[in-house]
Amino acid sequence: MISILRSMWLTFLHVFHKTETVEYPEVKPYLPPRYRGRIILTRDAEKKERCVACYLCAAACPVDCISLQATEDEQGRRYPEFFRINFSRCIFCGFCEEACPTYAIQLIPDFEMAEYDRQNMVYEKKHLLISGEGKYTGYNFYKIAGVEIGVKGKGEGENEEKPVDIKELLP
Amino acid sequence: MKYVFIIAGILLIVLSIAAGLIWVERRLLSVWQDRLGPNRVGPFGLGQVVADTIKLFFKEDWVPPFSDRPVFVLAPGILMITILLTFAVVPFGPDFYVFDSNIGILFFLGNSSLGVYSIVLGGWASNNKYSLIGAMRASAQMLTYEVFMGLSLMGVVMMADSFSFCKIVEAQKGGWFFIPQFIGFIVFFIAGIAETHRLPFDIPEAEGELIAGYHSEYSGMKFGMFFVGEYLGITLISALVSTLFFGGWLGPSFLPPVFWFLFKTFFFICVFILLRASLPRPRYDQLMELGWKILLPLSLLNLLVTGAILIFLK
Repeated sequence: MISILRSMWLTFLHVFHKTETVEYPEVKPYLPPRYRGRIILTRDAEKKERCVACYLCAAACPVDCISLQATEDEQGRRYPEFFRINFSRCIFCGFCEEACPTYAIQLIPDFEMAEYDRQNMVYEKKHLLISGEGKYTGYNFYKIAGVEIGVKGKGEGENEEKPVDIKELLP
Repeated sequence: MKYVFIIAGILLIVLSIAAGLIWVERRLLSVWQDRLGPNRVGPFGLGQVVADTIKLFFKEDWVPPFSDRPVFVLAPGILMITILLTFAVVPFGPDFYVFDSNIGILFFLGNSSLGVYSIVLGGWASNNKYSLIGAMRASAQMLTYEVFMGLSLMGVVMMADSFSFCKIVEAQKGGWFFIPQFIGFIVFFIAGIAETHRLPFDIPEAEGELIAGYHSEYSGMKFGMFFVGEYLGITLISALVSTLFFGGWLGPSFLPPVFWFLFKTFFFICVFILLRASLPRPRYDQLMELGWKILLPLSLLNLLVTGAILIFLK
């Protein structure tokens, strides 16, 4: 009997508690910067596409929602001819971001992508590609390493050593 | 002509309270659970009542082909009728009642006994195992609690020397009956919860075990009648508790008597909802044990002591 009255009283005291509800469309929740939401393709500081169409993201994707086709421009720089993410399949695991060697594909704190038509969930390259650098600024894959496509000379990258003269005997 | 206005007024008050309780209950429950509750439709979500009513009206009113059709259709009506009829004898104010019966309490007890039929017939006509189990539980529970619901009121009847609700209210001018009849008040309130099969005594519905008990097969406005019938039942029991034990329309004269009556009624409605928010559902045997082993002897004892004191004072 006492415990019943006590539990009623304790329930009543909740009148003075703060409500837990977040009124979502009016009040947006805080999303941390590393939140895994909508996927974007970024560009480097020179506004060139970072993606080198290596297919690693498509290979890492556990639900096979990424499809792309590699091609090259006249300088030999690889880029995707098309890049398609089917967000009705995507599980936002972030494996593609982990697999990407050039920071091109990134997940950003945005989840409001509901659509009435399922077909609209398929994002093409023009929807994915943004003009900025995303979360990782100042990184340009071609300046660190990689083939010569007019960004830097052979062996002149930041982490690169000069090419070895294979006809030289000295160590 | 005056009676037409009174009847229309009481029906309006009672039905709008019952419909408004849809919103009140959800908002209050959410307050006690640290939520916000329905607040989208209209100011403070008050339009929720209208939205829910329209939704219920436009739902398909489906009668299952395996059911006993006439009984199935009749059952929800019985609940509404018995409860609404009881409001006829409840005095909302000094001159605001439909009729002052000299057997008012018996009329209420008889009507609430008839209300059991609604649930039993509804569960039976549904031709569904869960509904039948719910109906069986409801009938056992309501018959059990009916017994000492009547007995608990006899103390009040002895003190007021009348079965009429109006006389009982007037007899409380010297002091409200919940102090001398405290045990009677507690027993009547618990029996009232069981009688309206509200939580924590919602064993006939017990959605965890029986889906929705006796009204599993009901849809559309027939379900709506059971739904509103439950709220009407809460309103009725709250109105009776305030009439019989808390002086009905009596109160300080700076506000009209009807206000005091509605205020007390609303307070007990809130207590009903608080009970729902805080207490778990007892097991079926616990319910029966509480009824027969504790509340029945308690109400008999109350009857005995009240009678003895009244005779001693004479």
